[in-house]
Amino acid sequence: MTAQTGPTTSPDATPPPAADPYAASEVHAAVHAAAQELVSATFGEALLEVQTFRGETTLVVARERIREILTILRQDERTRFDRISNLTAVDYLDLGREPRFAVVYHLMSRTNLARLRLRAPVPEDDPWTDSVTDLFPSVNWPEREVFDLFGIAFRGHPNPTRILLPDDWDGHPLRKDYPIGAEEIEFSFNREVVEADRAKTTGEREERYSPHRPVNNF
Amino acid sequence: MAIAPPRGDTAANGTQVILSGDSMTINMGPQHPSTHGVLRLVLDLEGETVTRCEPVIGYLHTGFEKTYEEKTYLQGVVLTDRMDYLAPLSNNLGYALAIERLLGIEAPPRATVIRVLLAELTRINNHLVWLGTQALDLGAMSAFFYCFREREVLLDLFEMMSGARLMTSFIRPGGLMADLPDGWIERAESFLREFPGHIVEYESLLTENEIFKERTIGIGILSPEQAQALDLTGPSLRACGIPWDLRKLAPYCGYETYDFAVPTLTGGDVYDRYLIRMAEMRESTKIALQAIDRLPTGPVMTADRKIAIPPRAELATSMEALIHHFKLVSEGFKPPEGEVYTCIESPKGEIGFYLVSDGTGKPYRCHVRAPSFINLQSLPPMSVGGLVADLVAIIGSIDPVLGEVDR
Repeated sequence: MTAQTGPTTSPDATPPPAADPYAASEVHAAVHAAAQELVSATFGEALLEVQTFRGETTLVVARERIREILTILRQDERTRFDRISNLTAVDYLDLGREPRFAVVYHLMSRTNLARLRLRAPVPEDDPWTDSVTDLFPSVNWPEREVFDLFGIAFRGHPNPTRILLPDDWDGHPLRKDYPIGAEEIEFSFNREVVEADRAKTTGEREERYSPHRPVNNF
Repeated sequence: MAIAPPRGDTAANGTQVILSGDSMTINMGPQHPSTHGVLRLVLDLEGETVTRCEPVIGYLHTGFEKTYEEKTYLQGVVLTDRMDYLAPLSNNLGYALAIERLLGIEAPPRATVIRVLLAELTRINNHLVWLGTQALDLGAMSAFFYCFREREVLLDLFEMMSGARLMTSFIRPGGLMADLPDGWIERAESFLREFPGHIVEYESLLTENEIFKERTIGIGILSPEQAQALDLTGPSLRACGIPWDLRKLAPYCGYETYDFAVPTLTGGDVYDRYLIRMAEMRESTKIALQAIDRLPTGPVMTADRKIAIPPRAELATSMEALIHHFKLVSEGFKPPEGEVYTCIESPKGEIGFYLVSDGTGKPYRCHVRAPSFINLQSLPPMSVGGLVADLVAIIGSIDPVLGEVDR
């Protein structure tokens, strides 16, 4: 990380080409380094990877230790990440990455105003992570949203239900393999394909609204 | 109806609410004029006292985040307008800043100053709608007419510059859609000069109004600790005594060079949230006037032809411009692989955009940290232990826009 030298230039002056306007400030870079050191010293192998892009630091960590990592990052004097400003998930299916999902935590410190991103990979065949709602009450709804749209379960969540979609909804729309619902236009040359497709969709719809289907796979 | 056993629930001020007698569960909404859209609340009532309040959301879920993945970055701008439709320019700005960070570019100085000016006009616009509807919810109809009179001036300004009153899509990645038209600055300035006088008009209707004070003082109190635990942001947090404003704490668009205050009060009730927003409109007016004073000349879009769509006139004469235009419109610009989170202080709180780029012309993932969504979590602790009639005042004071809550 290059430290910014000299006074900041006025907006009219053309900045020197080497200066990155999005580089982290020295204070924040120090906090990022402290967080990385802390997690690596305390949890060792649970810190899988460190990425830096445009002054933002991402720690890729094991989902099994996420509660302890968040706790220690909040308690330590040097980091004090006492706020999860954003919680979401990403489905890496189209990029072919393993594990398929990742839950993303955007931390912020109210004391030193630094930000940090934690990413916890979640495999497709066993999609869960630990809920941190008891540590950070603000992520209650965001965790439900991730469950709703990605189908990642949060163990220990006080109210693990869908939040945006109806309770009997089928599937998790933000998964990359969830179809976006376009219907192919029928012409004479593709009539058979389209009709077969339509028959299949109708069957699926009947199955979806069957009263005997369990609504929640928890 | 079965008689419910006495039950305890903790009110916002920490007291235990223990009541006995008939408990009744009712639905407030989703079709209810005071819920500002389609918010449904499942309420447990004992008499008129709320013992449980559970917001049920999702009635306006339109899958914006899925749609982003199918659009180029530039096409995504129009989606941001439609989330918080009372502050479209703030959403445009947050999205544009996130993409610029992804690309590693900055908007030209003139565009940055105009962005500040527009963001503050949007804040005034948002607070005017909030004030009018909050007063209307509490039975004060005149304030609504006054607020919407001034809002109309703002919407005319937005229409003049972008062609649309609400869905402006004016702030684009790399700069602005176009420069401001002739006469726009003069109209905006004359509005901003007279606007503080209008704030006095609204205040004369409400601030010392006995009925308004009776309905709002001491209602919906939230302690600073609770507010921070629930990650409340925006005016509602500042009404709890915490001077938290990203324009001061993590300045963007050069906000650190503007002279303005962050109004803070300690009551944490509906009345203080009202006072904070009134003070914020004054501060926004100050910022906007400073922006007009320092408005530099120059381009309003980045000169990088791999990002900015070429001007119309060049298409007829330059082959390169035509090729760039075709590539940018059909494929879009392609940021490098990476992920960014950028947030700004919208009128409602921290709006953040988390973008994941896979190096193609469309975002691989776009998540919006919607302030209304997070702030609405504070509704139950504010309302439990209060009267059901006060719930109307409390919902309004959080200022949720359901389009943004449900996305």
